Amino acid sequence: MSVQFVGLKEINGPIVVLDKVSDVSFEEMVELELEDGTKRDGRVVMLEGDKAVIQVFEGTRGLSLTNTRTSVTGHPMELSLSKEILGRVMNGSGKPIDGLGEIFAETSADINGKPINPVSRTYPRNYIRTGISSIDALMTLIRGQKLPIFSGSGMSHNKLAVQLVRQSKITSDDQNETDEKFCVVFGAMGVKNDVADYFKKSFEESGVLKNVAMFLNLSNDPIIERILTPRCALTAAEYLAFECGMHVLVILTDMTSYSEALREFSSSKGEIPGRKGFPGYLYSDLASLYERAGIINGKKGSVTQIPILTMPNDDITHPVPDLTGYITEGQIVLDRNLDVTGTYPPVSILPSLSRLMKDGIGEKYTRDDHSALANQLFAAYARVQDARSLASVIGEDELSPIDKKFLQFGKSFEKYFINQKFDEERTIEQTLNLGWDLLGLLPVEELDRLDDKLIEKYLKPENAKKYKV
Amino acid sequence: MKITVFFSEYNGGETVSENVIYSINGPVVKVKNSKDFMMQEMVYVGNKRLIGEIISISSKFTTIQVYESTTGLKVGEPVESTHNPISVTLGPGIISNIFDGIQRPLKFLENLTGAFIGDGLNVSSIDDTKKWAVTVDVKCGDILKAGDIYARCPETPVIEHRMIVPPSMSGTVVWVAPNGEYTINECIVKIKDENGKEHNLTLCHKWPIRNARPIKERMPITRPLITGQRVIDTLFPIAKGGTAAIPGGFGTGKTMTQHQLAKWCDADIIVYIGCGERGNEMTQVLEEFSELIDPKTNRPLTDRTVLIANTSNMPVAAREASIYTGITLAEYYRDMGYHVAMMADSTSRWAEALREISGRLEEMPAEEGYPAYLPSRLSEFYERAGYTKTLNDREGSISIIGAVSPQGSDFSEPVTENTKRFVRCFWALDKSLAYARHYPAINWTNSYSEYIDDLRSWYKENVDTKFILKRQQIVNILHEEEKLMEIVKLIGSDVLPDDQKLVIEISRVIRVGFLQQNAFHSDDTYVSLEKQYKMMDLILFLYEKATKLISMDVPIAEVMQTGVFEKVVKVKYSIPNDKLEMFDEYKTDIELELAKVHIPKQKEKEI
Repeated sequence: MSVQFVGLKEINGPIVVLDKVSDVSFEEMVELELEDGTKRDGRVVMLEGDKAVIQVFEGTRGLSLTNTRTSVTGHPMELSLSKEILGRVMNGSGKPIDGLGEIFAETSADINGKPINPVSRTYPRNYIRTGISSIDALMTLIRGQKLPIFSGSGMSHNKLAVQLVRQSKITSDDQNETDEKFCVVFGAMGVKNDVADYFKKSFEESGVLKNVAMFLNLSNDPIIERILTPRCALTAAEYLAFECGMHVLVILTDMTSYSEALREFSSSKGEIPGRKGFPGYLYSDLASLYERAGIINGKKGSVTQIPILTMPNDDITHPVPDLTGYITEGQIVLDRNLDVTGTYPPVSILPSLSRLMKDGIGEKYTRDDHSALANQLFAAYARVQDARSLASVIGEDELSPIDKKFLQFGKSFEKYFINQKFDEERTIEQTLNLGWDLLGLLPVEELDRLDDKLIEKYLKPENAKKYKV
Repeated sequence: MKITVFFSEYNGGETVSENVIYSINGPVVKVKNSKDFMMQEMVYVGNKRLIGEIISISSKFTTIQVYESTTGLKVGEPVESTHNPISVTLGPGIISNIFDGIQRPLKFLENLTGAFIGDGLNVSSIDDTKKWAVTVDVKCGDILKAGDIYARCPETPVIEHRMIVPPSMSGTVVWVAPNGEYTINECIVKIKDENGKEHNLTLCHKWPIRNARPIKERMPITRPLITGQRVIDTLFPIAKGGTAAIPGGFGTGKTMTQHQLAKWCDADIIVYIGCGERGNEMTQVLEEFSELIDPKTNRPLTDRTVLIANTSNMPVAAREASIYTGITLAEYYRDMGYHVAMMADSTSRWAEALREISGRLEEMPAEEGYPAYLPSRLSEFYERAGYTKTLNDREGSISIIGAVSPQGSDFSEPVTENTKRFVRCFWALDKSLAYARHYPAINWTNSYSEYIDDLRSWYKENVDTKFILKRQQIVNILHEEEKLMEIVKLIGSDVLPDDQKLVIEISRVIRVGFLQQNAFHSDDTYVSLEKQYKMMDLILFLYEKATKLISMDVPIAEVMQTGVFEKVVKVKYSIPNDKLEMFDEYKTDIELELAKVHIPKQKEKEI
């Protein structure tokens, strides 16, 4: 055991200040031992002369200036890693809480990670099939991508996350499922107890739990631990992907709670706040998480991220969704109106986007018509919105016949294409054909994003009848 | 001077170097009571020798921003002075390379530490083992002044590297090496200055990144930077030596537009800075540029491109430096007499890095937490662009195209607002255009270019005398449509008279057939100015003919039925770039088709 420091100089929120210390390094882990023998972990966040500012993960309740002994560990926060973490449930700082005992560590890694060298990255190309039409066809998830879900309180993002975990599959180039290993790392930051239980139960019921590593930080758990949760989850994911060669899907929910924890922590450190009180380094901090997705040259595995965040007041310009959108490679936006009318998943097509999609779909991966079809569906649906806003002013009856056709298409598109059952898994083939069938509701000359060859090959207006609403 | 008293208690009497770390807060490190440092000097921090820069000095504290992760640093570790400002190495081997924000070659770092970037890696910026085939251009007795070229070597098959006398040096040549193969650090020319001191000239020299390299004079702007993108070249052109900003919320296609410009613009050299952006994007640039062949030189685009990648998760201080590193490299190639285009994606991330460091320094914030010196830093940066006469009397230019990522897509935020003041070309990206997948999503009402007047005579001489006139007609039609759409939004398009309906229809042709451009289509991705002019001409020809019919009381529906509008929309695909004579056929076709339209009787009589 190295040196112990007795007592504290100052306690403020989750932060304690230690006096007369030496040989302490920046971002090092420390252990605080209380008089009653309980231990808490902390991390050095600032050093000034012989003062060290330490954040205490489990909170500072019960600490006084005299009742603690602090010892330094000599290394930054590390996470014990082995393949056994799959199927286990851990708390936000990576300690098992499922009663199945400690995890035997094969190795350990600094949870802060290191930036991937851009020249060592492989540009993501192949896709992940989620079985959800709106996502697969219009904002395809690519291996190694980071694609967040922008939701709002009360919308069905949790349900969607469960469906994604259950259905997501890796396909090989010839569209068959491969023997490549696929697993999920689930990081929950500040979620409600009920929600955490819902996730656990859903994973158990569908039998995927053995392939899931869960890191849970509930909404009544300490906020400092919340700041560590995504880092632990991503460290585990990097290990599984780049050391064990698995394809890892990381689901992080809810990034808004995470950012709020960061804000709380920042203000207790007395930092100058930026927009809406969030610290000025929120962008860099979020980037240090999101950028840990990708594929590395010469390694088998990949890390794909789906962070979920709830937009306060459904405001997409709020700093958290705003900065997230600037870092991630697209976004899936959920829409309150669709949700209210019972459409599930309530994916709002127009503001949603997958930036990497263009290189991961098409002949080699999905089907030759995919990108043109997606473009046409976007364009047609954008037209539907125009027609709708016009209809809300002059009334539906006054619309031109062509606008009426678009309204019709819009309804069918929402009912049959976007809407889908919680346990319904559609293949790419089914999804794309459905898209073509729905386009059959529109006059051919309106399909200006498709070339004649594709129209001839795929468009079957006679199939469209059954989709009339 | 010693400050060891304070710490010696804790170090058990161990000798400590003179300057040691006093405090650590993120990337900001302070040293107490030191008078050894100068502003903007490069220093090595800690036992790992992390690279840092002095950013403020007071009698009590010297503040350092560290360009690498400070995890694991300890109070009391040494800070080592280098007595040199933070600089870049300028010499052959820069082109085709990819650097981080402080000019460390990323490929080389990969060899050292693998896929993840480690700390404290002090490596040579450019390969010092590679030999270059050098031709020396001077002989003994020649007088060299600052900025003169004394040797050449082929850097890539398309770029000739010209060795320049560092701007701080001059003298008489006293020794030259024979032509042959040399590494960058070998001396090839020796000069003796006025004071009789001898200097060795190698293939490279260093230059501090925060100082602009000197020039002889700025020249007036007269030539456009041709990008092959219709909405830019025709509506909002940028000049060689000009500055442009591309603001847009996320998903509006800033990066895509930057990539298109980097691929197709007619600059000799491209400096592309990924400043606080995505890692995968940089990988894409790397991959794409090595595969794409430049039509002018038949060589991969990487042969004329320098990449600087400081992704969003790399240290924030290096992000701040990356912009300066990039512009200094650009200036170096300008001094050789090249036209350089520099893309910075995104300057907002750079401004945020300024804000972050300013916050750590506890400076008084101005708007939205940005430091008060944000506007002056921005203007300093954009003013380093220009069309110039170099010290060796060559013409060179730097054009800067900076992406701006406004928070919450709000163009009134400080970075966009201030950028607007210092650039002369503004390409506003529009979310609603992007949602409708209209790319490039440059909004034609909010965007502007102040270069139109400067370039008027160039367009007249080199494209067509009527180019600017037709451009203005197109702009007018779009402007009129804008006004009409306000009415249509309220009461529908049915109530408009036919001539106004025609404006809406022809605007659709302009929007879909001209402004929209498909970056993934082999013909449409780059369009020559000549074709751009002919397309404009064809659209206006159609408008003129159709107006005539409408004025003869022909209902617009009948005009539309001829299908000529659709035909013109598809011209961008149906006329290949090398068959521009087909435009005349199209004109004849339009005339024939429109001649078939039945003209109501009473009007016929009048005619």
